[in-house]
Amino acid sequence: MNINIENLTKSYGGQRAVDNISFKVNTGEILGFLGPNGAGKTTTMKMITQFIELEEGDIRINGSSIKSGFDKKHIGYLPEHNPLYTDMAVMDYLGFCAGLQGVPKSQIKERAVQMVKLCGLDVEKHKKINELSKGYRQRVGLAQAMIHDPEILILDEPTTGLDPNQIVEIRELIKKMGRQKTVILSTHILPEVEATCDRILIINKGKIVADGTASTLRKQAEGQQILQVKIEGTESNLIADGLRALGDVKEVTIKDMNTNRFEIQSMPEAKTNTSIFNLCVQKNWILTEMIPYETKLEDIFRDLTVN
Amino acid sequence: MSQTWLIAKKELASFFDSLIAYILLIAFLGFTGFFTWMRGNGDIFFRKQADLSVFFQTAMWTLFFFIPAITMRMLAEEKKSGTLELLMTKDVSNRQIVSGKFLAAFLMVCIALAFTIIYYISVSRLGNLDHGATIAGYIGLLLMSAAYIGIGLFTSSITNNQIVAFLLALIIGICFQFVFGILGSELTGWAGELFNTLSLTDHFTSIIRGVLDTKDIIYFVSVTALGIFLSEYMISKR
Repeated sequence: MNINIENLTKSYGGQRAVDNISFKVNTGEILGFLGPNGAGKTTTMKMITQFIELEEGDIRINGSSIKSGFDKKHIGYLPEHNPLYTDMAVMDYLGFCAGLQGVPKSQIKERAVQMVKLCGLDVEKHKKINELSKGYRQRVGLAQAMIHDPEILILDEPTTGLDPNQIVEIRELIKKMGRQKTVILSTHILPEVEATCDRILIINKGKIVADGTASTLRKQAEGQQILQVKIEGTESNLIADGLRALGDVKEVTIKDMNTNRFEIQSMPEAKTNTSIFNLCVQKNWILTEMIPYETKLEDIFRDLTVN
Repeated sequence: MSQTWLIAKKELASFFDSLIAYILLIAFLGFTGFFTWMRGNGDIFFRKQADLSVFFQTAMWTLFFFIPAITMRMLAEEKKSGTLELLMTKDVSNRQIVSGKFLAAFLMVCIALAFTIIYYISVSRLGNLDHGATIAGYIGLLLMSAAYIGIGLFTSSITNNQIVAFLLALIIGICFQFVFGILGSELTGWAGELFNTLSLTDHFTSIIRGVLDTKDIIYFVSVTALGIFLSEYMISKR
């Protein structure tokens, strides 16, 4: 199912939590919703799940507006902080959720068993939820979101509280689910979006500041290439001067006089690898290291959301 | 309907899991049993009359305090722990949520009253019991309970603090139980009439006397419905 968000706005007490945002998510796509705290991620998700009313704008799922009463059973939702009925046993709880989502009575048990296996809750399934650790509770939260096999999954920070192994498992699970479904997940763990999401949407102060795949975002932010090189053969000052004379080099910084390490920033849109190599050949210098610096998603995120 | 029933079943299960149900049942049967049979001055043996009017009076007061204790957590706790969000984003309407909770509380009262059928059987063996009036009395208790559950759900829907919900339900309950009646007899003209109509005790006593008037039934049903609608409205407002 496609989700089309059109000019969505929501304010709380005069402050705009979500400010005129529009985007589209297609079936089979995992969209990572990124942003600092209070950017409006959760608010947007709550509007898609119809927990809070729309103020301005519209959300269309497969073309029809949710204002005209969209069937909530197509959506699986893991709310922020993962609220659960802690006095219920895991199996009972999953059965209850399945029933509420309209899973036929005859299939409830089977679905609950499937979810318990899928989310690695097999050992804990007869325990009460308040006896479970945070990571297991998170799995219960995911299991209840997916129990009725919804076409849309909205996950608000799905991996909080999980240990590294669990995080990898849950990511794999989300990726697997995302092949046939429409998934929107929010997080502020950056490697997570890179690992799981097909597309990243960064929002800040209620506005979309970036939209694209991890690599396109990188390309946008890069503009210029940064290389770390180590050249042997003569004094570092001489090498630095030689490098600076190259046409596509913007800046050369000497990192270490003794080992002759330099950081080279290229002119925008240019690549310096070839010219540096040629220069070394020409001058009989020995190029022993050349490491491209990859712009980290963290840097992009900071650039876009600070100030 | 099935969703409503699922919620009601879950609520009832949590009453029985958490001992609330047992405590309330024991206390309810203890109080009503003591005042009906054992108190001495004023009980059935003292009055030498084969009727259950003492039981109905005691049951009314016991339920008056117990119903807010049942309803106080129903919505307030869900709001506080965030599970209301979970519930409301499932394929359930707000009305189904509220009526499921209502049904659970009402069934709880029915279970408590079902145990008192023993009283009914005992008294009918002791003398010539007016069966019509007794059945009317039970209907009166059920109607009154429904009204107080409606009020309790409403107060539970406006706060996320259970104690506040409990106290507010009692205060509103006291208005229906006493204050409106007193105002009704003090004031004259339309205001007096209005408060007399609003007084729950008047309607209740007329029912336990054995008179099932549509006026009284409409009264209880309206208070109940109003409570349910207002709770529904309050949880939909965010």
